[in-house]
Amino acid sequence: MSISSGQHGAHWFLKGARGIASLPAIILMSAFVGFCGFAVEAGIPLGETVFMTGMIWALPAKVLLVGSILAGVSLPAAFITVALSSIRLMPMVAALIPEIRTEKTPTWLLLLLSHFIAITAYVFTMERIRDVPREHRVAFFAGFGVTVTSANIVLVSVIYSTVANLPAMVAGALFFLTPVYFLTSIWASTRDRAGHIAMVIGLALGPLFHQWAPELDILYAGVIGGTMAFAVDRLWKRGARP
Amino acid sequence: MIGYETFDAWWWPYVFIAIAGWLATDIWRWLGVLVGNRLSQDSAALTWVRAVATALLAAVIAKLILYPSGELKNVPVALRLIAVTAGFAAFMIGGKRIWIGIVVALGLLIGGQVLIDPALFAG
Repeated sequence: MSISSGQHGAHWFLKGARGIASLPAIILMSAFVGFCGFAVEAGIPLGETVFMTGMIWALPAKVLLVGSILAGVSLPAAFITVALSSIRLMPMVAALIPEIRTEKTPTWLLLLLSHFIAITAYVFTMERIRDVPREHRVAFFAGFGVTVTSANIVLVSVIYSTVANLPAMVAGALFFLTPVYFLTSIWASTRDRAGHIAMVIGLALGPLFHQWAPELDILYAGVIGGTMAFAVDRLWKRGARP
Repeated sequence: MIGYETFDAWWWPYVFIAIAGWLATDIWRWLGVLVGNRLSQDSAALTWVRAVATALLAAVIAKLILYPSGELKNVPVALRLIAVTAGFAAFMIGGKRIWIGIVVALGLLIGGQVLIDPALFAG
């Protein structure tokens, strides 16, 4: 790597790091305040709450793990619950990787950086990555991922002792912020028609499958809904071309 | 069966979290990297993977609103649905500006609760 490309890399890493002041990052931090309150309520000690924040990172998985601990389930049962809910990370990572890597990006680096992928990083990156030169996309993503994860680790450690005093209505609003933000930002950042169709079908199928298979509802809704959206989009394209 | 409270050692909860939390999430990320490394950009396969990812997220969103955790449980489901629907409509009308959707949705959620039970405003 030449000196100038190294400097460019640092420049784009810092640009990604500046994403800490973006709407997605601020909303995520508010959601972490909500999660921290939940962990305190559940009696999870400070050290473990901070450890979870860094090691799991994905917020829904943490909420489920705390829920499993509260319910007193066994280690294998907790593992299966969290693992099933986290399958969704696989298609998200698989969709994001082709956007950021170049032919020269080493796989070990992508494996390492994949830890920072959760819904917020996915949405943030998909929204902005087209404006980043391809050779600097990994640096840009790393800058955002590392900064936002570290910031939330610090945030959780700092607010842990005071968060219990949060008024109930504010705590409720913090839990509501996340779905509203995901809904609007994913809609805004989706570029293809198949994605918009998938969004609508997924919203309907999630609660529907929840009635039949509460453990696997998200997975079913994703695979079946996504495949339906993909098929509808293909048929639509074929229809448009006589 | 081994659980969170099985061993009294300080390190045991961390092992529990590492296995049931970290390993249970990162294996999927690693698999995603291996799959994503084989997908070329703008291929039909990538469009499908993206559609699956989007539908999964949409299902998560619907569940966060309909079956929430924490304090949001205490807000009536009808109010949650009205707030998110109006928020999304405002977002679309307002030129897909995300902050407009959020302000409208949160405003209705909090305003609606105050209307239902003005005593909440004090607490």
